[in-house]
Amino acid sequence: MFARRQSVHGNIDTLSDEPWMVLGQDFTNPNTVPMSFSNLEVKCKCYEWNLSWGMLAEAAFLPLLAGRISCWTVECIWASMMIHFHLDHCGALPYMSEMVGFDGPIYMTHPTKAICPILLEDYRKISVEKKGETNFFTSEMIKTCMKKVKAVNLHEVIQVDEEMEIKAYYAGHVLGAAMFHVRVGQQSLVYTGDYNMTPDRHLGAAWIDKCRPDLLISESTYATTIRESKRCRERDFLKKVHDCVGRGGKANHYYKLFISWTSQKIKNTFVQRNMFEFKHIKPFDRSYIDNPGAMVVFATPGMLHAGLSLQVFKKWAPCENNMVIMPGYCVAGTVGHKVLNGVKRIEFENKQHVDVKLKVEYMSFSAHADAKGIMQLISWCEPKNVLLVHGEAAKMDFLKTKIQGEFGIDCYKPANGETVTIETQHNIPVDISLNLLKREASFKDPKKHRVLHGALLMRGNKLQLVDADEALKDLGIKEHNLRFTSTLYVDETGPAQQLTEKVYQLCKKKVSDHPSQLSSDGSISVSDVMITISGEDEETKSILVTWSHQNQKKNNCS
Amino acid sequence: MKLCCLSHNPSKPCLVLYFKGMTIMLDCGLDLTQLLHFLPLPPVPGSKITSLPDWLLATEKFGKNGEELATELKECNGRVFVNGVMELAPPELCMVDLSQVDVILLSNSASMLALPYITLYTGFNGAVYCTDPTLQIGKLYMKELVTYIERVSRTKTCNLWKKDDILKNLPLPLRDAVTPIAWQKCYTLQDIDACLSKVQVVGFNEKKSVFGALTVMCCSSGYSLGSCNWIIHSDYEKICYVSATSTLTTHPKPIDQAPLRHSNVMIFSSLTQTPLTNPDSMIGEFCVNAAVTIKNGGNVLVPCNPSGVTYDLFECLSGHLDSCGLSTVPLYFISPVADSTLAYSNIFGEWLSASKQSKVYLPEPPFPHAELVSLGRLKHFNNIHDLQQDFKCPCIVFTGHPSLRLGDAIHFIELWGKSATNTIIFTEPDYPYLDALGPFQPLQMRVCYCPIDTSLSFSQANKLIRDLRPQHLVVPETYITPPPSVTQRPDLVINSELSPITYKQGEVITLPVKRKYECIEIDPKLASSLDPVEIKPGSAVSMVNASLVVKDNKYILEPLPPADVEGKPFKPRPYIYGSLNTKAFVDTLSKQGISDIKVEDRDEGCIIHLPKEDILIQVEQGSTHIMCGGDETLRIKIRDSLLQCLQKL
Repeated sequence: MFARRQSVHGNIDTLSDEPWMVLGQDFTNPNTVPMSFSNLEVKCKCYEWNLSWGMLAEAAFLPLLAGRISCWTVECIWASMMIHFHLDHCGALPYMSEMVGFDGPIYMTHPTKAICPILLEDYRKISVEKKGETNFFTSEMIKTCMKKVKAVNLHEVIQVDEEMEIKAYYAGHVLGAAMFHVRVGQQSLVYTGDYNMTPDRHLGAAWIDKCRPDLLISESTYATTIRESKRCRERDFLKKVHDCVGRGGKANHYYKLFISWTSQKIKNTFVQRNMFEFKHIKPFDRSYIDNPGAMVVFATPGMLHAGLSLQVFKKWAPCENNMVIMPGYCVAGTVGHKVLNGVKRIEFENKQHVDVKLKVEYMSFSAHADAKGIMQLISWCEPKNVLLVHGEAAKMDFLKTKIQGEFGIDCYKPANGETVTIETQHNIPVDISLNLLKREASFKDPKKHRVLHGALLMRGNKLQLVDADEALKDLGIKEHNLRFTSTLYVDETGPAQQLTEKVYQLCKKKVSDHPSQLSSDGSISVSDVMITISGEDEETKSILVTWSHQNQKKNNCS
Repeated sequence: MKLCCLSHNPSKPCLVLYFKGMTIMLDCGLDLTQLLHFLPLPPVPGSKITSLPDWLLATEKFGKNGEELATELKECNGRVFVNGVMELAPPELCMVDLSQVDVILLSNSASMLALPYITLYTGFNGAVYCTDPTLQIGKLYMKELVTYIERVSRTKTCNLWKKDDILKNLPLPLRDAVTPIAWQKCYTLQDIDACLSKVQVVGFNEKKSVFGALTVMCCSSGYSLGSCNWIIHSDYEKICYVSATSTLTTHPKPIDQAPLRHSNVMIFSSLTQTPLTNPDSMIGEFCVNAAVTIKNGGNVLVPCNPSGVTYDLFECLSGHLDSCGLSTVPLYFISPVADSTLAYSNIFGEWLSASKQSKVYLPEPPFPHAELVSLGRLKHFNNIHDLQQDFKCPCIVFTGHPSLRLGDAIHFIELWGKSATNTIIFTEPDYPYLDALGPFQPLQMRVCYCPIDTSLSFSQANKLIRDLRPQHLVVPETYITPPPSVTQRPDLVINSELSPITYKQGEVITLPVKRKYECIEIDPKLASSLDPVEIKPGSAVSMVNASLVVKDNKYILEPLPPADVEGKPFKPRPYIYGSLNTKAFVDTLSKQGISDIKVEDRDEGCIIHLPKEDILIQVEQGSTHIMCGGDETLRIKIRDSLLQCLQKL
């Protein structure tokens, strides 16, 4: 996953439309247009504020990326996060950092950092030595690239720069797989990558806290499937290990050293018996191919398109006693795909052909979240919007309606090249003076609304909410004192004091929320309203009411 | 903001911080030095310890009480030891209401041993945070302690000696026992599981919210596996708690200083306990002493903790033995948790120093002791009884407990103590070694004291403080005067121009942090209704009348509802400012159909007279007074004209 960021706008009164790029669907198929980006514009309609956003994309298979890289310049990629070590997620990393010139930080979890270079090296060997590709990255480049990688721990909050922070969550897809939570200011998104919600024999389930992102970008490979149990994937773990066993049996070492990234049960028992010490698995030597006797070979790549697995396949295919188990999805055009579709005779580049007589089995061991898992993840992290990627359109439609129905949130499934605009609204954080807050927040009648009255001071990007009078003083403004004096005439006999007393009692009764005071010179003051009553005993009394504009309150007297 | 100190020993801290209505406990160390007052618990029967004489002076000194007291106290070489159930000295918990503690932050595995006393059976209901290695290794420390105590049955509880009038007449060092009346029996294995099952694991730089009011985060302190310093944030204040920290390069991940910068308050604890020695030279001396003893045909006993510096000792010692041509000398590591601690050390790759971490990527075990174990050079046993068959001398034995009151070390002292060719090497700084050896005297065995304390020395701490520039510094009282043994060394103090605030056990101090601001959020709907006025270039102001919502210690301003409960609409107070331009006002008035206007200039402004309407308007700098009769419509007309000529907020 790459995060790209455009320029930062800091001025007041501008609204910005900053795009992100996210991965479109169908990228697992390298024969169609695999790296397509959906632009996702985030409009920041915060009042007089805007926040910069990033662009996200995933660096998939190198050759596919090469053509696409020109559509955005590498300078504006801010940071890259490798969610796990599978090549469709990190295969182009050395190309990006060493050949294209990406120089931002690269983040990986510790196990990914450990395993990724081995897979990259393997990939390089197959591409350069077997397929004869030129213009490929070298071993040296892989090494220098891996030196730039910053290893992250789960839940560690990493400040990429002043505004952007990222946090990794456990994804359970493979050893060290992570989901990333990216936050810039108030806005945030979660990119799941591939994740798995059912714990299996060796890895725990993905977990995320209630981080309430604006957007959850979720894979939806098994959008409609609900898998019965972990039983069908019991040998899942072998599939993951086989990725490495073929190359020198190092995989189990990593599992041994990264026990803390596996499931709880394994953690609890590892002192007695480290379950990744395999007795029966040994590194495969090419000479074993012709050995007599039954054997089980784990070899890569899984799609039988090159490398050791293909070599073994060629050797063993003609014999019907043999069996091949295809462990996962095979891309159209690969030998694996043909074998699965029951092709009985497979031709190779140099006019060779092989009769396929061996038994073919397909077992899905791939650890992806099913529909139930996706729904569960959504309910955990409570996103405001969901965006589905990495799946088949029809199935995604079904899931989309389900998400919209169940959670009442917007769900998007952009096609390749489609732009999605998501508007987000956020509260604006402001500094409030503690004096003002304490005055207003102190417990009053809980049934009444607590009304806060203050002045919002804006200086540059700083927002402060302070006491109104304090703000005026601070800004050097003097309030204009506007007072009114109105004279009322009342026909009532008796001495002026008697009427004054009457009015005073009335004031006390009617205007109970302000204290009324009777001063010695015979005037009544209620807050800053002054009432003076004058006139001779038997004559019409004049009532002088003086008040300020700030307190437009009228006294009604009988 | 207040700080309360519950612990007597600054290296086993237990502090409680009160801030923003939250109660946070920082560490809960258990001061195991008090164990030294007890008679050792020998792991094998028939030990010399069990046949020590009662304290004879008891009857002479205390008369009638003395007879009973004599059974409680045993004497060895002029010192008196308590012959009763081992009791531990938890922090002074009566000073705080534990049910009010919101969160406990643990900084390393050595300073959490009192946790069961705090979270169990006390009504404690808060959260406990620590890193994963701290939890796992802390658990091993606790298990080792409990196993050592439970393994040997000693059932007699001794309380008589604790009585004030008796205690003050007992000989030293027993007389100096710290509040023995508050000591408690050790917790059980079940207690450990119950207590630790509630601990929540955090990673370095993971932010955790404490009821919305505060955020806590830990960052590496470089002292031991997973050890950390804590940073407590509010939106505006930052408090750093610096516990056992090391700037030396050992096996753990190095100290992360950046998050500690710019704090308002920095609280220090757990500086070095051996200010006079340098850990690097001590580790060298340790290796040399061990090698020399082996060459002379003697055995070496290293009383140690099951984790921490012990890993470094394995590494350095095996290297040194190789260079001396002693590679065949077996190393034995005996502890009830020996297998676990060695296994755990190898799976915490991400918590280790860069060089150890890079090994994990190869993949190789990060610690060399994994190789030593696979080669059979380092043999580990959970129990001394498993050892019998393949025990070869001369050898080097690492075993607990460093206090020499518990564990298998006792057996080895008795086994090897009579010969001067053998050596006991003390490396743990927590216990005064002469006191530790007390009940084993007289001893022929050679004694070496090479304390290795990697935590900050005073000069390192002073440098750190200069670099980090906290606003206020809080340190234990004992750190501002030189240690009692070396009063002539004025450099062994925390020396800062900040004049540190000090704390000591039993004291509550007020920290000088004055909060000025709090964060409040403005609802976007409300925000869009605001209409700020630019007063000066770059400064704008807008009056806000809003409804205040408080939820989870977060403050939010929302638009006012159209009316309050009684149906009265909220009327905001108007603000007008500026001076009245008389001419403009007169013009506005005439537009309103008031034609007869007389303006009379005065010193301080003017008086506008409307003779027809019988209205006087007194205009002054910054104030206007309108005097009219009872005609409301006219008054409002004039008022509105006036407001047009003034600036409003």
